[in-house]
Amino acid sequence: MSAATLDRRAVIAELLERRGDLLLVCGLGGTVWDATSVGDHDLNFGLWGGMGTATMVGLGLALAQPERRVLVVTGDGEMLMGLGTLATLAVQRPPNLAVVVFDNERYGETGMQTTHTGLGVDLAAMASGAGIVDATTIRELGGVAALRDRVHDGAGPIFSVIKVSADRAEMVLPVRDGPLLKHRFRTALLGSPGA
Amino acid sequence: MNDAAGATQSVDWPGDIHRTLAALDVRQIAYVPDAGHQRLIELCQADNAMRMVPLTSEEEGVGLVAGAWLGGERGVLMMQSSGVGNCVNAIASITRACQFPLLMLITMRGEWGEGNPWQVPMGRATPEVLDTLGVQIARVDRAEDVAGAVAAMAALAFKSTTPCAVLLSQRLVGAKSFQD
Repeated sequence: MSAATLDRRAVIAELLERRGDLLLVCGLGGTVWDATSVGDHDLNFGLWGGMGTATMVGLGLALAQPERRVLVVTGDGEMLMGLGTLATLAVQRPPNLAVVVFDNERYGETGMQTTHTGLGVDLAAMASGAGIVDATTIRELGGVAALRDRVHDGAGPIFSVIKVSADRAEMVLPVRDGPLLKHRFRTALLGSPGA
Repeated sequence: MNDAAGATQSVDWPGDIHRTLAALDVRQIAYVPDAGHQRLIELCQADNAMRMVPLTSEEEGVGLVAGAWLGGERGVLMMQSSGVGNCVNAIASITRACQFPLLMLITMRGEWGEGNPWQVPMGRATPEVLDTLGVQIARVDRAEDVAGAVAAMAALAFKSTTPCAVLLSQRLVGAKSFQD
């Protein structure tokens, strides 16, 4: 088992510093609370369900908005449930999409049970095997700053695993009403919530 | 490969679907291949306005078209009936929970002339599973009814933000012969 030392709240603060008009999708569930801990935002779409599909929501958004940068932040458990999405993402090669996995090697919402990444599974190697060229594992905060620059300017698709501590962070909850989150996001991005 | 016996072949229904999707400005085509969708997939591939997104499993497409909608584009999800089983939680927990539009074009297996008994249970369950999930269903048995059904379900999906499925029956599509 690898050492996991980074504080996830320090990581999200570093990753979202000067986010500008970045479009953010977060996967169920700890990364939603992480993103909210640095302040809620109209261009955040945090999933409260649908585990395993965060990467695909980000992909559909990135294909629809090729002039904007899209960031998916999700957890290792959520990513493990949608491993096939790495293959789909690699085949599409969206240049404007980054997927970042906060890997605490635990299912944080269900009692901190060990995930497969805590038992030797290497998500960055799986992404690399799928064909994603920029696939890395980050263990130091300095690496997060460099990743942030690539999220805004680098050639996607970008996939990065950030090893974080399994220490529990305070739950900072955003709005949980799905239609409201959808309308809010579309209004901020498109100027109207309608069809 | 397809036994056309019993199918009405005089109408180019895959062409009708493609023209309908193009007229609706559907841009993202999420699919797991099915023999019944072969020609439609080829028509969409040849259309530069459509982005083909082949999936490893059908539930990926539910997330994809939700993300497309967040970004202001329309998507469609194509699959065979067995794929409906793979989509259950995503339809409930993303599409329904957030009231996203969803248009699914589903070729049926496990019914008219089916030669694979392993296909029958999911085929039987498909309409009931979709109904339980709150998905509006239009079942089509005749080629001349396909375009109208797709247009009607698309309007319901995209204008009334309702999850919708067009079930293209095995009688329409043709059963796999297992002879080649």
